[in-house]
Amino acid sequence: MYVAVKGGEKAIRAAHELLARRRRGSEEQPELAVAQIEEQLSLAVDRVMTEGSVYDPELAALAIKQAAGDLVEAIFLLRAYRTTLNRFYSSEPIDTDAMQVERRISATYKDLPGGQVLGSTFDYTHRLLDFALLAEGEAAESNTEEVEERVEESMVRVSQLLEQEGLMVHETDTESEPADITRDPPTYPSDRSARMQALVRGDEGFLLALGYSTQRGYGRNHPFAGEIRIGEVDVSIVPEELGFEVEIGSIQVSECEMVNGFTRLEDGEVKFTRGYGLGFGQCERKVMSMALVDRALQADKYDEEIKSPAQQEEFVLSHCDNVEAAGFVSHLKLPHYVDFQSELELIRRIRKAEAAAQEEDQS
Amino acid sequence: MNTAIEQRQHWMSVLAKAPVDELLGLSEDAIKEVSFDVIRAPEVGLTQVRARMGNKGERFNLGDMTLTRCVVRSSLDTLGYSYIAGRHKDHALRAAQLDALLQDPQMGEVIMDRVVRPIETLLLEAEAKKRRETDATRVDFFTLVRGED
Repeated sequence: MYVAVKGGEKAIRAAHELLARRRRGSEEQPELAVAQIEEQLSLAVDRVMTEGSVYDPELAALAIKQAAGDLVEAIFLLRAYRTTLNRFYSSEPIDTDAMQVERRISATYKDLPGGQVLGSTFDYTHRLLDFALLAEGEAAESNTEEVEERVEESMVRVSQLLEQEGLMVHETDTESEPADITRDPPTYPSDRSARMQALVRGDEGFLLALGYSTQRGYGRNHPFAGEIRIGEVDVSIVPEELGFEVEIGSIQVSECEMVNGFTRLEDGEVKFTRGYGLGFGQCERKVMSMALVDRALQADKYDEEIKSPAQQEEFVLSHCDNVEAAGFVSHLKLPHYVDFQSELELIRRIRKAEAAAQEEDQS
Repeated sequence: MNTAIEQRQHWMSVLAKAPVDELLGLSEDAIKEVSFDVIRAPEVGLTQVRARMGNKGERFNLGDMTLTRCVVRSSLDTLGYSYIAGRHKDHALRAAQLDALLQDPQMGEVIMDRVVRPIETLLLEAEAKKRRETDATRVDFFTLVRGED
């Protein structure tokens, strides 16, 4: 039996109006502008862009405002908006070697060409609440002494140093067309390019937990943060009508190259393995987690025993998307009245039958 | 021929990265001297951003970014194209108009002087400022001398 239930429109409308009022908060406070979110909550904006899969800081900030700061909801909003736009082009691969670096650190070499550059980071802060921020209108004092221009020293990649010595497996380009999971959902076993795309869009918390689990022994792969870079890279496309490459602007990205435990390869050589992470904006924790999981998912390639969650491709890829996950969990809120009625009837029937059987036994 | 394309790539890059207010301000007057037909009105869409594993391995799709494109024809009979990151239609229209003018030998020189070079200077200044800020956070390791000398 199917019973259509109507009604509730009035309640829904009122609920949405209430949401808008709660989002606005007390009228005594000035309303938060989207530009303020973009400028002052930039790390939230970066997460929404990365997992929402659209680089557009203004749209991400708008989504955060509309979602009242619920980032998973904001990611959902951005994903939904994305589907309303046509995709005109696919860019040429961005080049992180040519990045205008804002942060670059390595945990494997203290002194390396180009040096260690901290940039803006929470590292080395004491994690004490700064009550100065409670006082309004206090701009942080700028006491950056003028640093003399340094001789430009090119930032050679850590991975390149290891490759040159033949100590690390190479990343090779077979020029195969990358998978696009927004058009063709992944099938298993899947291509690494599909995995990378899914991991970029994947929930930071989920990937962080999985990455952590590999460190605690569930798919151990002995990682070193070989190099982390954050900065601006140019994006270019080759429009058919022009036939040459055109730069359309630049975007900020975060990149992590993990140097992972060495293994004996098919050709008999012993080499370090590697994991890669990349995301929009400043998202260091995310790209580190991504690199750990990327390496864990290469278990098959290196003949490692697959027994931990982080190594299981289908498990990781089909559960890492927080829009999908939230959707399926949230659907439990939809009316299941009829389903539940049948469960109720069943459990009552079972209990009645058991009670009758017991009575018979006793008599 | 090659250099002509390289020159055009260069100005298209500068126009794409230009801060929009400065671009509109600097080009306001120059644009009035010529009329334009809009061939493809500014339209907002997406570009899939691609990257490489380890920056040199296989390609993969990182995500999309917004982009606005536009095509115009100038009364000097040149076609101007623009492809600009973001969703700013005025920016895309003006960049396409300027691309059309820059292809005309005479107007080109004027636009280079009045618009492209000043914006390029702005972009370089912004880049240098960022580099100085970043440089201040560079770690200078030193070793403490231990024991007796």
